[in-house]
This record gives sequence, structure tokens and C-alpha cells, in this order.
Amino acid sequence: MSQDLPFDLSLSEEQRITRESMRRYAERQLRAIARDADEAGAAPEGFYTGTMELGLGLLPIPEVHGGADMPRSPMSNVLNTEDLAYGDISLALGTLAPLSFINAVLDFGNEAQQEAFLPRLAQEHFVPATVALTEGRATFDPAQLATKARQDGDSYVIDGEKRLVILGASAELLLVIADLEGEGPAAFVVDQGSDGLSAEAQDYMGLRAVETATITLKNVRVPASHRLANFDLERLVDLGRIGSAALAVGCCQAVLDYCIPYVKERKAFGEPIAWRQSVAFMISDMAIELEGMRLLVWRAASRAEQGLPFHREAHLAKTYAAEKAMQIGTNGVQLFGGAGFVRDYPLEMWYRNLRAVALLDAATLV
Amino acid sequence: MINLELPQKLINIQKMSHQLASGVFRPISRKYDRIEHCDTPEELKPVAQMMASIRPARGGKKEAPSADAGTVNGANLFAIVGGEELCWGDVGLLLSIPGSGLGNAAINAVGTPEQKEKFGKLYCAMAITEPGAGSDSAAISTTARLDGDEWVLNGEKIYCTAGQRGDAIVVWATLDKSKGKAAIKSFIVPQGAPGLTLVRVEDKMGLRISDTAALSFDNCRIPKENILGSPEIADTEEARKKAFGGVMQTFDNTRPAVAAMALGVARAALEITREILEKEGVKADYSKSLYNSTAIEAELYRMEADLEAARLMTYKAAWMADNGQPNSKEASMCKAKAGRMGNYVTLKCVELCGEMGYSEQRLLEKLARDSKIIDIFEGTQQIQQLIVARNLLGLSSRELK
Repeated sequence: MSQDLPFDLSLSEEQRITRESMRRYAERQLRAIARDADEAGAAPEGFYTGTMELGLGLLPIPEVHGGADMPRSPMSNVLNTEDLAYGDISLALGTLAPLSFINAVLDFGNEAQQEAFLPRLAQEHFVPATVALTEGRATFDPAQLATKARQDGDSYVIDGEKRLVILGASAELLLVIADLEGEGPAAFVVDQGSDGLSAEAQDYMGLRAVETATITLKNVRVPASHRLANFDLERLVDLGRIGSAALAVGCCQAVLDYCIPYVKERKAFGEPIAWRQSVAFMISDMAIELEGMRLLVWRAASRAEQGLPFHREAHLAKTYAAEKAMQIGTNGVQLFGGAGFVRDYPLEMWYRNLRAVALLDAATLV
Repeated sequence: MINLELPQKLINIQKMSHQLASGVFRPISRKYDRIEHCDTPEELKPVAQMMASIRPARGGKKEAPSADAGTVNGANLFAIVGGEELCWGDVGLLLSIPGSGLGNAAINAVGTPEQKEKFGKLYCAMAITEPGAGSDSAAISTTARLDGDEWVLNGEKIYCTAGQRGDAIVVWATLDKSKGKAAIKSFIVPQGAPGLTLVRVEDKMGLRISDTAALSFDNCRIPKENILGSPEIADTEEARKKAFGGVMQTFDNTRPAVAAMALGVARAALEITREILEKEGVKADYSKSLYNSTAIEAELYRMEADLEAARLMTYKAAWMADNGQPNSKEASMCKAKAGRMGNYVTLKCVELCGEMGYSEQRLLEKLARDSKIIDIFEGTQQIQQLIVARNLLGLSSRELK
């Protein structure tokens, strides 16, 4: 599907309108409660129900399965991810987790599987669902999974441990990626109630506002029909890379926008610190690297949307975002000085959250 | 619709430019780095004729369509895409192509139809920098005064690209030093004008084939009609800003073009480095994440990402110009990014390839030398940072110095 399109960074009318409302929602419904949720270690009661007004999960589900039948759009997903993360990365991750599951089923499930799983998510209420890929190993490589699956008659049996699973304990459906004996990585839809499956909440340096869990699978048995027919690990990882980089873009934009008025107001030696090059150049650097991050993410997403290969572009976007996001987060704390370190201000929370960008794998699939 | 791929017509420009770069520039790149001082290389003369015939008209602003007419990819993006390819061949040779001077850009931007007719087809250099004024171009002290039907120029200019080989030089001079920026005007001084002397041509670390001249103006006389723009000195703050702003606006269009030079130079270094490393079994094929790669693979990924980020930012600045959007901030952002990326990438490539990188048998060391100037001319890294920061923070040049 190669079209001869001009180089163009203009949003469609629909993207522009959605962007406005998404940004507003992120500021009012995510940013406003992010600190309390971070302290409490959970989103407040009713938060996820509230996100249903965004219609994110319903959008790409085909009408026959109860959805709104909008075309699957990685580019629009990137914009939404940026905008939600502008409010808060953790709450954005929770909000988007079911959409990641849905996108995976749309991309890798056959017709029967879509019919089996998607109607369960196309509900009026928030149905938690998630993708479980990450494992607790340094040098974790999605192609070398320690979680194993083997075929046993008409079913598969899965053993292993998945970590940093977003909404892991409350998800009704989990897409567990495991190494299938003799075949390599495969994706299995697992019901929360399955025998042998247990979830335990785990605390991290950041992402405290969203439920993060360790999922243990002991001889978990799923029917053969729960193995997604057209699974492509590379595509899953690449969509996840774009997603986590987009989260970084949104949060870094928040850091920059928050720092600019502060350095103009904060005075030292009788004048605003913004008048000093040592401060001003940190601001310009943050803006420059953020622009680079955003455009790399957009390029990868727009290629995915057009059906062009995007493995290299997703790799570059993630590589760049992981490093630059942490720089921007660090500079945000530094510009605020002591105020960056205390929990009255969001800078330290953003810093902790941004550290996760490098190690999030398939938490957000665009 | 968001699309960051190039359309076919730009890919064609890319291919054509690449042929020129690999067929004409690369084979003579080292030769002219060694020769350094000479007249316009013979090999470039046919190139100049060809470029003159295909160069699209500059200044997309006037032709920019209304918002609902859709996006255009015009002269600015063409120049970026072509420029990167040619600089992949050799940045010094690109700057030595007759007709490619900054003075040409200025005349095209603000010249009268008569001036465009008379000088547009010549090779026009631009002389701004003086021994005592570099980035602070408002502080120049070369003077111009009207004497009958002639302007009389006095002063010294340095670091003037094509100041030796150019047919004419666009010279910045002040009509009245006490009146600051508003009194700075530019004048077209043809080579051979009485009182114009070529003092020397600089010996440089890189960009050697491009002639960088020091010029002296000693009661140098040129016709009255050779002034670019109005001879009036604006007397209101508003008019002053507008007058000098007009001059500076030229740079909103040229900064992305300079950023494109860094893209070409860095890409050349990276490609050569990959070839050398592949022979040693180093394959950075994106099969592993950054954290499961060797140090050398990780460096290659970082450099690729840095180059691509700089490229997309440069495309964006040019795309904005083509579509009539003010792009002063984006032009400086891409220049700052590409300038430092070019230095980082080319020097890292020399390092990664060891002796082979440092040796004059290959081009890596030359590319590293050539790249340094790109982060200096047309506004240093620090000047670009100032422009970006003032823009973001809403500060004046008096507040953020």
C-alpha cells in the first residue's frame, strides 16, 4: 500500500479535535489526581470507568463485535498516547492497557478469535485486559523467553513468570507471550480465573499510580483456540516500542511546559533564572531533543499505519526516546532545584516514571 | 495526513543528486582537500550549468497555499533533500559550485527585478563577519556613505565564503554606526570594484576546497543602485525591527539548508563506518535491543537515531517554510541539532574505525574535519540555542543575553 503522499506533519481534522479533548481530559482527569494516586499506589475508585467516555477501546473493534468500526490507526494511537501521558504516564498506561490487548487481537487473531474475545471488551463499562511480555531478567530479550508453553492434546500448558504487567491482577483477559516448545514465541489469551494463574502486586520506583503485577503461571491450561493464529513477535515488540516512546514524548512535553513558567518566575540574584544561559540552554536542549523524539515516533507510527516496514524506525524511536526522556526528566528536576526533589511538585514523580520508558516492552501497543 | 516519507518527486531529486555526488564529488573529494587553494575546480563547471537549469525559485512564502488547499513540498524541502545528498559527496565542493553563494540567496530574497536580472546568474558571496563582529552581526563597523551616484565602502571583512571566486560580494555595512541595526544595509560589490582588495584566502582545518576570503574595502566605490533594499534608516522601533528582521529572515531559510549539510556529512561517515565494521563481523541490523547489543552496535544505533532525528527536524523546518508557517524556532532547532550531531557522529566514526578512521587513505578523518564548521557558520550552536530559548521563554535579547 504505497501511496505517493507529500511529506506532511498536519493532523487530520479528526485528529486535531480528538487531540484537543484528549489533552483537556489528561490535564483535568489525569494530571489533577496523579500525585494522590502515586502516593496511594492506585488510581482512585471509578477512574477507569471515567475513561470510558474517551471510547478508546471501542473505536477499533469491528461493528459486528460490538465496536465503533474505526480503522485501526497506529498514528492516532500515538497522538492519544502522547496526550494521555501529558497528564500522567502511569494512568495513561492503565487507561491504554485494554486497547493494547484489543490491538494485539486485531493484528494477530483470526476471525474466530476476534469473535471470541473482542465482544467481551466491547462493553459499556471498563474491562481490564493487558499484554504480559516482560520477564524479570537483566538483558531481557523478548525472543528468548523463560516462560514456556507446550502443546498437550487440545490445549496448551504454560509455565513461567511475567513481571511489570500493567493491570495484571485485575485484568479479566491477559495476552501471555510464551516460548512454545519447538515453535518459538507465541501469544495465548489467558482468563484471570484460570487454574494455576496467580497475580501479586509489585511496587516499583515509578508507575505507582497504576497496578503493576507479577503474574505466575503454574501449569496453566488454555484451549488451543486461545493461541493467536497470526502472532508476529517482531510486530508486537515494535508496536510496543513506539507506544512506550510515545508515552515518553507526552511526559517530556509536560516537563518542558511545566519548567518554562517556573524558570521565568523563579528569581536568583535579583533576576529570573531564565535570563541565565546555563538555565535557558537546558530549556532549549529539552525542546530540541523532545522534537527529535516526537518526529522519530511519528515516523515509525506513520509507516506502520501505511503498511510499510517499520522495524528499524521503531527501534530508533525507542533507542532515542529512552535516553533523551531520562535526560529531560533529569533536567526538569534540576531546574527546580530542591523543589524538584520534594514531593509537593510533580518533577520527581515524572523523573521516576520516565525511568520506566527504557524497560517497558509491550505495555502500550499503538 | 501525517506522513514522514518523501514523495516520489523528492525521491527523484534525491537520486539525481546522489548520482552527482557519487559520480562527480566523491572521486575528487580527497584530491581537492589536498590542493585546497585553486580556482573553481574544472569538474564543477558543468555542474554549475546543470544546477542553474534545475534550481527551483526560492521563497515559498508567497506561493504558499491556504490551509485547506493541502500541504506542499516545495523549494525549501527540495533544497534540503538535494543538499544532504550532495554533501554526502562533499560539502566543500558543494559550496564551491558557482552560483551557490549565500549572496545569491540574499539577492533572490530581497533584490529588485533589475538586481535579480543583473546579478542573479552570477556567483555571489556574502560578507558579514569582521575581525570584531561575528555572531553579533549588528555590531559590524564597515561603513557605507553616499557620494554623488556612488556608495563608498570602508572596512574589513573576513571568513567570506567564495570571496575569492565569487563574481560579486554582498557586503553588510552600516550607514551610521550610532543608529545600530537599523542602519545596516547590504551592498552588491562586483569583483574588481575600485578599492576592493583580496587580503588572503584562509588555510582551514576542513572545508578546504571552499575559498574563505579576507577582504578589505578602502574607499571602495560601487553604483548607487547596488544597495539591496531601501537606503532609508528606519526611525521607529517597529520599522527598525522590521528592517533588520527582514535581513535575518534570510537565515530562517538558510539554516535548515546548513543543517542538511551536516546530515550528508554524517551519513557519509556512518555508511563508511558500517562498511568497515561489517568486514569485522559487526552487524547492527536492529535484531537486538540497545541493551542486548555490544558497545559498538549500540553506538551505531545511537548514531543512526541521532542522524534520523536531526533529519526529520530539518525536514520539518523546511516543510513549514514551504507552507508559509513561521519557522524561526524550528530552523534554529534543526541547525543546533544537526550541527552537534554531525560532530558527534563523524568523530565517533573516526574513533570506532581506529587507524582506518584516522588515516587519510579513507574519507572519515576528512568528514570529521569538514563537519566542525557546520556547527559554527550560519550561527553557532550557542546562537541557535539562544534563539530557541528566547523563543520558548518569550524573552528579549536584552533579557537573555
